[in-house]
This record gives sequence, structure tokens and C-alpha cells, in this order.
Amino acid sequence: MANVATLPTARAPDARSPAPEPLRIESLADRQRRRRRLVLALRLAVLVFLVGGWELGVRAGAIDPFFFGQPSAIADKLVDWSVNGTSIGPLWWQVGVTIYEAGAGFLIGAVLGVLCGIALGRNALLADVFSIYIKVANSIPRVVLGSIFIVALGLGSPSKIALAVVMVFFVVFANAFQGVREADKNLIANARILGATRWQITQAVVIPSALSWILASLHVSFGFALVGAIVGEFLGAREGMGLLIATAQGAFDANGVFAAMIVIAVVALLAEGLLTLLENRLLSWRPEKSAGE
Amino acid sequence: MSAALASGPMAGDSAVALDGVARRFVTPAGDVLSALEDFDLSIAPGEFCAIVGPTGCGKSTTLGLIAGLARPQAGSVRVFGAPVSGVDRRVGFVFQQDAVFPWRDVLANVSAGPRFRGVGRSRAEEEARDWIDRVHLRGFEKSLPHQLSGGMRKRVALAQTFINKPEILLMDEPFSALDVQTRELMQEELLQLWSANRAAVLFVTHDLDEAILLADRVAVLTSRPARVKSVHAIDLPRPRAIATLRYDPRFIEIARLIAEDLRAEVLKARAAH
Repeated sequence: MANVATLPTARAPDARSPAPEPLRIESLADRQRRRRRLVLALRLAVLVFLVGGWELGVRAGAIDPFFFGQPSAIADKLVDWSVNGTSIGPLWWQVGVTIYEAGAGFLIGAVLGVLCGIALGRNALLADVFSIYIKVANSIPRVVLGSIFIVALGLGSPSKIALAVVMVFFVVFANAFQGVREADKNLIANARILGATRWQITQAVVIPSALSWILASLHVSFGFALVGAIVGEFLGAREGMGLLIATAQGAFDANGVFAAMIVIAVVALLAEGLLTLLENRLLSWRPEKSAGE
Repeated sequence: MSAALASGPMAGDSAVALDGVARRFVTPAGDVLSALEDFDLSIAPGEFCAIVGPTGCGKSTTLGLIAGLARPQAGSVRVFGAPVSGVDRRVGFVFQQDAVFPWRDVLANVSAGPRFRGVGRSRAEEEARDWIDRVHLRGFEKSLPHQLSGGMRKRVALAQTFINKPEILLMDEPFSALDVQTRELMQEELLQLWSANRAAVLFVTHDLDEAILLADRVAVLTSRPARVKSVHAIDLPRPRAIATLRYDPRFIEIARLIAEDLRAEVLKARAAH
């Protein structure tokens, strides 16, 4: 109520009319602030309902914690891991290994994807020759390649990085290619007439206009890089979050699997936040998004 | 105003000369669509020529051929006597839609031409500031296109084109998206800029009044396939007062004459669709 200003309305000249109610003016900012608070409260309510329901369900005997875990036990597990370490070594080390593998795979895959996407997008002949192979390669369930990489590259990081690269490359490539193809023909014609060479057009028009496509694909593909690294570790490794999950699975430890999942989710969300920062920085020329988006 | 006049001055010393030009497209259905057929037109250096014609008759196609963005299937397109083979440094183009780079601020947009052509940053920006002044955008150097109004973006486009000092200026309905008041202002500014640099201008428009207000000659095109139907000399004295000229009896007389010419083609074009 502190934000609601009260203003008296103009006094009516006619004494017989009832005394006017004070007019309440609420600023737009106030309304938006209230709405944000409401959304936050509802979100918390949903979380409490789901997690609380799960916990209560276990305690009431409706959910079997052996198969489905229990929120309080998952929390205990996380604390235990961070204080005493996991069965395969300290938790931070496993997280670090997985971040390293996913990050390296993500960087390599994204750079290769962008380069190939731009090269093929700018060259019709290359695009016609290679598009068929890329379609075929893209339709293969790429996770299966993990087995090959482990046979070829061993149990260490390289096989996981390779799998992450393959997971990331196609997503980024497809977006970069499409982004190049969607570059505004008018802008390209304008640059040509202003005197730009082919390479200058690529730099000054094609890459900036493909950038929003590329950045959008990076959001999705970091998740894929994590999947690649974890599946690789799952298939065969000496360390990492994937191995931690595999170990928990082998011990029928549902809480361990969930706890590892939560750690990975935190990593993914942090990466997402970093990518959003990067995106806002690189695409600062775009009009402000309207509120609510 | 006969067909003989269409080729204007001697083709040898004209800035732009189109001779028997044809431009045809193959539609996805496999039909051949002829945009231009047997098209003759020439423009003298420093001359302001407007092209009017029914919608979709191939006006923009003509500009694309002169700019070197497309090739004709028959006939010759010459710029200062030499056949067009690709984009010419002496040609400037103002597009109908916004073609300024949305990710560059005004200064970077205006200095784009010199930068592409190898001028150093500080010199290009110095030149750009001068042109930004001339189109009355001082203070907006660091603004992004989406922060400007449509008319201001058009001014950026004009400065971006004029900074290259084009000897031939191609304009494809540049002001058609603007509201009437802004359009009038922009027409006046265009005439001012042009009178300082005196490029040969080919100005495509569907607005007959605009054509007459700006041009030395107005060419009326036929409906598709486009051909030059007639060329009208506009003997209104310069400098012209855009705001009041349209009430001048001589203006009205010319407008009536050309409008009749144009109307026959518009009706034909409508019958064909």
C-alpha cells in the first residue's frame, strides 16, 4: 500500500453531490513489481508442492525410496559427497573433469560448426556437394559413436571430448548454415554496391546476421556437450560425473543418481547464464525486448 | 515525346545507356517470365531521370542491371560507355527497404563505403561526420538504426550512399515507406544533396507527383514486359520548392499529360493479372 499514491480529485462545485473518493493511482512499475513477486511466490509453491509431495509420499509409504529416492536422502548424499568425497574421489574433481571434457568438446565443436556453416553457406558448390553427407551423418544416432571413440581413443578424456564435439558440431553447423542463408539479400546488395569484397561481405554482413542463429544454437548445444561427456564417461572412464552415475547405478543407489543429476543441472544452468551474458553482449544492437519476454 | 527521344542524348556520352535490353526469369513452374523486353533508355551525366510504371512492371529490375547485380539476357547495358560487368565504383544505390546495417551505429554505417574501399578508419570517420552533418543527423553518430525513425534511417542511407561520391545514383522507390510529410522533407533534402554533387540519377517511383517534382525527364514504362513507352521532359525551373510546386499550373498540366499515359498502362497491367 505504500506504493499507492492517493490524490484528491477535483472538488465538485455542487455541494449536493457525494464527497468524491480519493483517486488511487498505481504506477506501472508498482504493478510490474507486484506481478514479479506473485510469479516468484507461485514458483516456490510449485517447488515445495513437488518436492514436499515426493518426500511425504516416501514417508507415507506410497513411493518406494529404493527405486525413486527421497529428497532428504538426496540432500544428505550431496552433503556427504562434498564433505567426505565420493566413492571414486572428491566430488569437485569429478565435476571438474566433466566440465573440462564438455567445455573442450563444446569449444571445438562450436568453432568447427561455425566455420563449416559459414563456408558452406557462402559457397553453393560446397553446400551442394557436402549437404548430403551432413544429412546422413546427422541422422545417425551419434551417441553410439561413443563406443567407437572409447575403443579408438581409450578411457581418458579424449574419447569424451570427441563425443561432445560430434554432439555439438551438427547443431551449431546447421544453425550457422541456416543463418548465413537467411542473411538479408538487401544488406548484401547494399554492401556490394558500397564496395565490399566477398570476404568483407562475409565479415560485415553475413557473420553479424548469422550471429543470432549461432548464439541460439550454442544454448542448446552446451547441453549436448554435457550429454556427450557424461555418456562417454558412462560407457567407460576412470573419473567424471558419468562414472559417478554409473557407480551409483551399480550400487542400486537411486539417491546417488539423483544427486549427480542435480550437480550436472547446476553446471548446465551456470553455463546457460554465461552464454546469455555473451549473447546480450554480442547482440546489444538489437532492439530492447518488450517486458515479459 | 516520341520513341525517338527515348534514347535521349548521343549514347556515346551518356552516363547510363540501355540498348535493346531484355531480362527474363524462369518461374518455378517452368514458364519464362519477361520483365524487360527491348528496353532502350539513356541518361546524360548530371541528369535526373525518373521512371514510373505500373506495379511489378520491372522498374527495379532495370536498376539491378545498371548496378551490376544482375545481367541482361539480351542487349547492352553501358555505364559511361563501358559495358557493365559487375558492381561499378561510380554507382550508388538507395534501396526501397532499410538496407542500413542494423548492428552498426550511424557513424559506422555512413563510413562503411570508404572503409570497404580501403580508406583508413580515422579518415573515413571524419568524412562520415561531415555527411552526417549534411543530412542533419549530428548528435546521432552513436545511435543504432532501430533507435531512429524511418526518415532518419533514410537519411543514414542517403549519407551512406553519397559519401562514395557516386556519379550515377540509382534510387528504388526510396521514400515510398515514409509518411507524406517526411517524404516531402526527404525529397527536398535529396534535391539539395544532388545539386551539390550532380550525379546522373535514375529514380524509380510509383508516385507520379514525386517523379515530376524531382526529375528533368520522366520515363513511363509499359506493363510487363516493360518497355519505355514515352519520355517527358519536365521544364519546371530549378531550384524547385517541393512544398508548393504541386499547385503550379504548369506542374498540373504536365501531371495530367503523363497521368493519361500511365493510366492506360495501369489498366492494361490490371487486366493481365
